[in-house]
Amino acid sequence: MMTNHGNRVTQGQFSFLPDLSDEQITAQIKYALKNGWAVNVEYTDDPHPRNTYWEMFGMPMFDLKDPAGILMEINHCRETFPNHYVRVTAFDSTRGWESPRMSFIVNRPDKEPGFRLVREERGGRSMGYTIAPYAADRPEGERY
Amino acid sequence: MGKSDDAVAAIVSRHAQEDGVVDLEAEFRASNIQEVLDTLDRELIGLMPIKTRIREIAALLLVERLRKQFALTSETPTLHMCFTGNPGTGKTTVAMRMGEILKRLGYVREGHLVTVTRDDLVGQYIGHTAPKTKEVIKKAMGGVLFIDEAYYLYKPENERDYGAESIEILLQIMENHRDDLVVILAGYKDKMDQFFMSNPGMRSRIAHHLDFPDYSADELMAITKLMLADQSYRLSPEAERALAEYVPLRMALPHFANARSIRNALDRARLRHANRLFAARSQALTRSDLMTIEAADIRASRVFREGTPDGVPAAVGLVTGQGDLR
Repeated sequence: MMTNHGNRVTQGQFSFLPDLSDEQITAQIKYALKNGWAVNVEYTDDPHPRNTYWEMFGMPMFDLKDPAGILMEINHCRETFPNHYVRVTAFDSTRGWESPRMSFIVNRPDKEPGFRLVREERGGRSMGYTIAPYAADRPEGERY
Repeated sequence: MGKSDDAVAAIVSRHAQEDGVVDLEAEFRASNIQEVLDTLDRELIGLMPIKTRIREIAALLLVERLRKQFALTSETPTLHMCFTGNPGTGKTTVAMRMGEILKRLGYVREGHLVTVTRDDLVGQYIGHTAPKTKEVIKKAMGGVLFIDEAYYLYKPENERDYGAESIEILLQIMENHRDDLVVILAGYKDKMDQFFMSNPGMRSRIAHHLDFPDYSADELMAITKLMLADQSYRLSPEAERALAEYVPLRMALPHFANARSIRNALDRARLRHANRLFAARSQALTRSDLMTIEAADIRASRVFREGTPDGVPAAVGLVTGQGDLR
């Protein structure tokens, strides 16, 4: 059902592009730091698009000047969770924003099985439709 | 035309690359290093061994940059440093400059200085130290991590102390992230020597051990003038003579902390200066009155009268030699 190639989950920035290289990630983080946003590393193994709050990897990183520290943390997270989704978010704390300004995936499982269409018969003859990730059939931590 | 010419040009340029000439002078001028070195000379009095070493490092990095143009590979030089010396000899001041110098030379990307002590690195319970140390390291990346009083990190008398864990993480980062940050340890000479004795890994990973010499009386006078000029004060000729007498007297006293003692003496002279002006407040004051420190402001110091530093009750100072440590 997914229209993108290889069932790749598409959320956040750059998700229709091939995976970013470390240099490209560094460049993006540099942009976030230049704007004074706090960069965080988050992970999850539930690819559902409505799964908004991912687990945070380590502490949020405030007051950093250079992307090298964050890249170190990303690589640490990739080592710890090689088969999870890992994303980088940049949080803008200025009043009025107070929300993530950037978010992009930096690590994904080797095989992404995609989503199943779930039909629900409702009262009368109406049908409800939703999607469910195949991976979520298994318990958390054993999905990929 | 066309292809063959291009081919010839390519060969010529490759030859130039293989055995070409490169303009060290132009590269030197382009890097603005001279400007940094000049400010260093102007604003830091004395400290010859330190300045020489900074010059050497600058030269090394410049040559390294040229070598890169010829694709001569060599490992990134390690620039982790250890500053030892008595109190008030300018260790922190030089570390602050180091960030800027290394940035000009293109060795670090941001050139900011993160100053930490044991408290910022070592945690209070199991599992607290590693995240704490890593957080500091991440903040310092792209710049200089300055660990003041570094010998406190390791407490040999307590084998359960978490300092060792912090040192381990630091060692690993110093080895694997050489391009990302420069670590400078600072502390008093004898204690740092002890620290390195018990942490040989640390010693071998630090390439530059710089020992800060004590200042001579003349150098201290020059420093005084620089400090006063920064704060828009000046000495009257008599005050200058008084200070020239004061400095050797103070140097002979216990707990002399080089430039820091002098700064404190100046602060107290400013206090007396303000007090004197206040006492004579019925008279009109000129701009020069507000700026000039007179001999009386300096001669009122207890160093002249009783031979003890200011800020210590005379009796205590004489008996125990404690007091004005700073």
